[in-house]
Amino acid sequence: MSAFNAIGEKREVEREDFTPGIEPQATWCPGCGDFSVLKALKGAMTDLGKNPEEVLVATGIGCSGKLNSYFDSYGIHTLHGRALPVARAAKLANPDLEVVAAGGDGDGYGIGGNHFMHTARENHDMAYIVFNNEIFGLTKGQTSPTSPKGHKSKTQPHGSAKDPIRPLSLALTSGASYVARTAAVNPNQAQEIVKEAIEHDGFAHVDFLTQCPTWNKDAKQYVPYIDIQQNDDYDFDVTDRKEAAEMMYETESALYEGEVLTGRFYREEGRRTYGQEKRAHGDMPEEPLAERYHDDDYEWERSYDLLDAHK
Amino acid sequence: MTENIVWRIAGGSGDGIDSTSQNFAKALMRSGLHVFTHRHYPSRIRGGHTYVEIRAGPEPIRSRGDGYNFLLALGDSFARNPQEEAYYGDEETKPLSENLDELREGGVIVYDEGLIDIDEIPNFEERAEENDWHVYPLDLRARARENGREVMRNTAGVGATAALLEYDLDHIQDLMADAMSGDVLETNLDILEDTYEDVNEMEFTHDLRMPSGEHDEEQVLLSGSNAIAYGSLDAGCRFISGYPMTPWTEVFTLMNQHLPEVGGIAEQVEDEIAAAALAIGASHAGVKAMSGSSGGGFSLMSEPLGLAEMTETPVVLIEATRAGPSTGMPTKPEQSDLEHVLYTSQGDSNRVVFAPGNVREAYEQTRSAFEMAYEYQLPAIVLYDQKLSGELRNVDESFFDRQPDPDLGATLTEEEIAEAAHHASGKFSRYQRDPDNDRGVSPRSLPGQKGGRHLASGNEHNEQGHISEDPANRAAQMQRRMRKLESIREELDAKESSHQTYHGPEEADYGIITFGSQQGTVEEAVDRLTDEGHSVKSLGVSGMMPLAEAEISEFLSSVDEALVVEMTGSAQFRGLIQKELGRFGPKMHSLLKYNGNPFEPSEIVDGFESIIGEDEPAPTTQFVPAAGD
Repeated sequence: MSAFNAIGEKREVEREDFTPGIEPQATWCPGCGDFSVLKALKGAMTDLGKNPEEVLVATGIGCSGKLNSYFDSYGIHTLHGRALPVARAAKLANPDLEVVAAGGDGDGYGIGGNHFMHTARENHDMAYIVFNNEIFGLTKGQTSPTSPKGHKSKTQPHGSAKDPIRPLSLALTSGASYVARTAAVNPNQAQEIVKEAIEHDGFAHVDFLTQCPTWNKDAKQYVPYIDIQQNDDYDFDVTDRKEAAEMMYETESALYEGEVLTGRFYREEGRRTYGQEKRAHGDMPEEPLAERYHDDDYEWERSYDLLDAHK
Repeated sequence: MTENIVWRIAGGSGDGIDSTSQNFAKALMRSGLHVFTHRHYPSRIRGGHTYVEIRAGPEPIRSRGDGYNFLLALGDSFARNPQEEAYYGDEETKPLSENLDELREGGVIVYDEGLIDIDEIPNFEERAEENDWHVYPLDLRARARENGREVMRNTAGVGATAALLEYDLDHIQDLMADAMSGDVLETNLDILEDTYEDVNEMEFTHDLRMPSGEHDEEQVLLSGSNAIAYGSLDAGCRFISGYPMTPWTEVFTLMNQHLPEVGGIAEQVEDEIAAAALAIGASHAGVKAMSGSSGGGFSLMSEPLGLAEMTETPVVLIEATRAGPSTGMPTKPEQSDLEHVLYTSQGDSNRVVFAPGNVREAYEQTRSAFEMAYEYQLPAIVLYDQKLSGELRNVDESFFDRQPDPDLGATLTEEEIAEAAHHASGKFSRYQRDPDNDRGVSPRSLPGQKGGRHLASGNEHNEQGHISEDPANRAAQMQRRMRKLESIREELDAKESSHQTYHGPEEADYGIITFGSQQGTVEEAVDRLTDEGHSVKSLGVSGMMPLAEAEISEFLSSVDEALVVEMTGSAQFRGLIQKELGRFGPKMHSLLKYNGNPFEPSEIVDGFESIIGEDEPAPTTQFVPAAGD
């Protein structure tokens, strides 16, 4: 008998089940793209029939970090850039949990870049949503790792001398097995992509373009956008690593020329998740480790039985 | 007191000094002796000056000795190229030349004349004569080559040792049979026995012999790192995340080897920030979890440590101090991370810190750290150092015959959650301001449990975990979290067996107080001072946070003056006592050592005699032993 009965419980869920009674209204600025992430996540979880109490949303710090304040489930609001290492251990400890990690572009591609690279490499089974608004919002408008070259801000008064990071390419190179980009202005696609990312077995990276109307006024509202799966000009195979890489490069470059390309960029099927890989190596138990602590019949191993090597 | 043997094996890193000394120590233990080892090695893979000392005697041993009385100098097969000699010195002869200063009068030297040219060592003959050293040159390399491979000269050296000390080969042969098989075993046994017999034919000029002893029960030989790993396993820890760093790597490696065998999970990750964050994530999901590091790596854990305090996530961190600041001296012990471990991370500290004083305490206090972490939902840190990490000591096997404790502490079941406080919206009140106990602990739910959803946030938060900057809520949550530390102090004070260790007479005029790994050395110094007619006792403190105030106060009140012994440069431990107790300042005098080597008992004896009981000792006297060992 499980100690975690919210997991896999069959019940009807409605979108409103994911709205917390404590903070039903998000306090993001009017017109903020972050609302669309919240909406897409609620819609995706409803479509998937998830019980809020079988979901753990781990966030970083910044406007994006408030996601789990306004989304009702289990939540852990961690440190700037550190949502991924917290999330992946929770998933290893209890693989039956539905784990979603989220953060911003500064959070995930800047301070947490090392964790992004390694979590993708290891293919941990989770969706990772990056709110990409090309700016540091909560600290009031500094240049971020995705700000365009030449972008002027209080910390770069002469304009940024740096080329922006290429998040999709970085995810692919690092080893993510699902890579997509969507935009706040495209709610239907956003919900579908977030849903796919949650369902995907492995590390699913969603670069979610979220306009910042307060600190990035001159930046685009990410319109008009093009869905590359819906447009005949872009014909490539999302399961082909080389074709995906080319499409990503083009997409990342185009964004800074005012062309917003969105959609699915890469999908690797059949690759083991990290948990499956560890189990195959004999490094992880078949049953969720978190269950063992509630099993009264389990006979816990003792160091006393390991002492022969010391005699 | 029967003379102990202090046998030192010296050579280059990579020459098998560690394994040879471990096996010899085990053989001595099997033959009924008590053993204690001290390891000295450089931060190099190959070559460099390395030695291990084994002190053995019929009575329990608490410390390394003062100097030593038997040297096996193997010669350094990885010595640097002679062109670099101007900088590094003559590395080929170092296993002999570097070890002479600490060799006692009347000591025995066996050196490998196949690798070491005695003429290269200045004044060797004169020094040997002056100190009455008994020198036995043997071509160990040739003996090894003749039978097998050059690296087996260790075995020849052990054979020579046994012959010279009139120690029976039985246990050594048994241990070799346990560890090897086939041709390798046969060759090693041949080398061992041939050397033993040949050396036995020689004429001995020395009097030193291996003492004999007997154990009442089965013994096991463990290091501080073994004890921490076993304490963790027996506390029900089944998750570790880490990144390699000396000397913490030893615990990390042991756990990586043990955990898969018991259905646990070990993760080597990208950096120490991730390592601590993973342990928090695993614990948040309901598994007993640990991480750890040494100085610099622990600095990276600073921020996750604060997250564990704020989200009240139980986690155990291990900190193995080495000489700092920065990279410092990676393979040398020091205790100067004390303040780092107590206070690192922003905001007020809210953690438990234990500094065990020996192998047994390392096991017990690691278990206690898990118990405190999970009962009180905060990080608990086991602070030790390179000294305790690597020193081997024999312990009664029955010491480990106890029940495991996989209890998750203040964690609710779904039935209990159903009965617990919730917000009107249905959200679980994970962080009750005024929980139904006087300990300040608000029990938690685990993700996946029905009815337990809440937010855990590094921001200040309300009862359901949602971000709140309301002053009244802030004050109430702060007070509750701080109350936990007071409750821990009360619980630890009320326990029958204290984490503090007393030694010497109950009543004494003077005291010596220390913390962590220097405890055993202080105890031996107390015994010697007592034999010399001094009135002195000691206190080894392990409860660093909350500080064992009641016991320290009582101890300091009961003596006229106290010597505070610690391996730091700025008297951090004495400062902590003064800060926390606000008195006893003029009573305390520091004895500090920070040259990379742990105290020897005689240094504490000398320090005590030159500082304590003087007519007008300066209250801040710092006595630093001369450079050397």
